[in-house]
Amino acid sequence: MGELVLMKGNEAVAESAIRAGCRFFAGYPITPQNEIPEYMSRRMFEVGGQFIQAESEVSAINMIYGASGAGARCMTSSSSPGISLKQEGISYIAGAELPCVIVNMVRGGPGLGGIQPAQSDYFQATKGGGHGDYRLLVLAPASIQEAVDLTALAFDLADKYRNPVMILADATLGQAMEPVEFRHQAPDKLPAKPWATTGMKGRSPNIINSLYLIPEELEKHNLRLRDKYEAMKRDEVRYETSHLQDAEVVVVAYGTSARIARTAMEKARAEGLKVGMIRPISLFPFPTEAFDKAVKAGIREFLTIEMSTGQMVEDVRLATNGQAEVRFYGRVGGVLPVRDEIIAQLRKFTGGRCC
Amino acid sequence: MQVIAKRPMALTDVPTHYCPGCTHGIIHRLVAEAIDELGLNEKTIGVAPVGCAVLAYKYFNVDMHEASHGRAPAVATGIKRVLPENIVFTYQGDGDLASIGTAEIVHAAARGENITVIFVNNAIYGMTGGQMAPTTLIGQRTTTSPDGRMVERAGYPVRVSEMLSTLDGAAYIARVAVTDPANVNKAKKAVLKAFRTQVERKGFALVELLSTCPTNWGLSPREAIDWLKESMMAYYPLGVFKDTTGEGETK
Repeated sequence: MGELVLMKGNEAVAESAIRAGCRFFAGYPITPQNEIPEYMSRRMFEVGGQFIQAESEVSAINMIYGASGAGARCMTSSSSPGISLKQEGISYIAGAELPCVIVNMVRGGPGLGGIQPAQSDYFQATKGGGHGDYRLLVLAPASIQEAVDLTALAFDLADKYRNPVMILADATLGQAMEPVEFRHQAPDKLPAKPWATTGMKGRSPNIINSLYLIPEELEKHNLRLRDKYEAMKRDEVRYETSHLQDAEVVVVAYGTSARIARTAMEKARAEGLKVGMIRPISLFPFPTEAFDKAVKAGIREFLTIEMSTGQMVEDVRLATNGQAEVRFYGRVGGVLPVRDEIIAQLRKFTGGRCC
Repeated sequence: MQVIAKRPMALTDVPTHYCPGCTHGIIHRLVAEAIDELGLNEKTIGVAPVGCAVLAYKYFNVDMHEASHGRAPAVATGIKRVLPENIVFTYQGDGDLASIGTAEIVHAAARGENITVIFVNNAIYGMTGGQMAPTTLIGQRTTTSPDGRMVERAGYPVRVSEMLSTLDGAAYIARVAVTDPANVNKAKKAVLKAFRTQVERKGFALVELLSTCPTNWGLSPREAIDWLKESMMAYYPLGVFKDTTGEGETK
C-alpha cells in the first residue's frame, strides 16, 4: 500500500508517468498544463531520463516520434491549441505504429479560445485528429486518482498496441488538488521492442516509416491498422455504470462533467427520480456495450452532459441506434454545467412524472 | 585481382530512384564512406526527410527513421537523447531544412544537439516537380517563379550555413560542393569531420552540400555542374563557417 499524497492533477499525471517508466518528455508551455513540463523538468533527470522544452508543439511531438522509435517510454502534454499543432506528428506516430502517451488538458476553443476547462476536443481525440485513417486509444479520467491510474495504464496499452494513447482531461483536473495514491508498479522488465532503431548490431536494419507508395501495400497497411482498432474495440472498452437496475433515464457523461452529473443523479434520486448513469472511461473505443445492455434492459431515455455543444452525444446516438431518445445538455466556453440545471433537464425528460 | 573500388557497407545494393545526373548519389556515397571509415555501421541511426531523399531509408544500410517534412532534427533529437551512445544523422534537402523545417534546424543547432546534419542544397524543390525553394537564386526560373525569382515578390535566398554559424551551439558548419573530384574530396573530408564531431561529443555539426538538379533546372548534367559553379557558388561561397572542435580549419 502506498500513502495518500495531496497533489495537483498535472503534477500527479507527471509523477505517474515517471513511475510507469517514462524516460523521455518533450513539451511546450501552454496553460493549463504547465505544471506537467515544470514537474518533468526537475523529476526526469532524477530518474536518469531526458526532458526537453521544445521550440514548438510540432517539434515536441516529433521528438516523441524519434524517442519512441528509439525504444523509450515517452510522453508529451499540451492543451487544445497545442494539441492541434501536434496532429501531424500524431498521425505519423500512428502510421508508423509507435507507442507514446499524449496528455490533453483541454481548454475552450476554437482558436485561442480560453484557458478554462472544456470538453470540446472530443471529436479531435476520438475520430483521428490528424490526416489519414487512424485512431488513438483515448482515456478520460474523472478524478485525479483516476488520472494517475489511467496514465500508468496508458503506457502499457501504448506498448501493447504500438499505438499512441491520449489522456483526455481538462483544466479542472489539471489544476485541482486531490489526495492520490500511486498504486501502479511499472513492470520490472518493459516489453521488448525488437523493431526499435537502436543500431543494427548483428541484425538487418530496422526502419521506422509510414510511407507506402504502392496503393495495394498501403491498403494492406490500412486494413491491418483497422484490425488493430477492432481489437481495441473488443478488448479495451472501459466504463462505469450506476443505478441502471431501476433507472428510467440515464445520464451519460465523462470526465469533469461526470462528477457534476453524478451529484445531480444522487440528488434527483433522493427526490424520487429514477436516474442512472453511464460514464465512458475509454472514449475510443466507445463503450457501446454499456448502451446495448441498458437498451436491452428497457431504458429508453438518455441525457448526455458535456462541456461542448454536443460531440460525444453523436456516439451515444450511434450506440443506442435509434432505440432510445437521446437528449443533450451542455455548457461551453469554460462554464461548467450546474447540478440543478442537470436535474431540471432530467425533469423535462421524464415529463415531470415524479416529484 | 585487387579490388580498388566497391560499394560501401553502409549502402544497400539496390538501384536508387534519383534522376540521371543528380548528385544525391555521390552524397549518399560520401555519407556511407564516412560511416564505414569510422566503423559506425552498427550504431548509426539515419533520419530521412521528405523530398527527393524521402526513400533514403532504402539506400542506407543502417537503422533508419523516416521523418515528416522538415522535422528530421526534432526526430533526431529524440533518438539521440534516448541513445546518447549511438550516432544519429539527418539527411535533408533545402525545402525540408531551409523552409518548412527552419524552426527545427535552428533550435537543434542552438541546443547544441550532438547530431550530424547532411544538408543537400540544390536551390529547388525536386520531388514535387521544380517549385521555388527558399534557396532559389534571384532570377532563377522555377514552376512557381516562372519569370525568374523576383525580390519584390519572393524576397531573397537563405544562406543556411552562414545563419547557423552565428549560433553558439553549432560546433562545425561547412559548405562544400560535389562538382568535380577535387571538390568531392573536400566534401568527403567535411562529411567525415561532421561525423567525427559527433563521435567526439563536440556538438552540432552540419555540412551543406551544393548539389545539382538537372531535371528541374532544365539543363544537361554537364550544364548543371557548370551552372552550380557559376551561379550557386557565387551566392553560396564554399568554406568552413564555424569550427569549435579545436582542430583548426576555421575560415
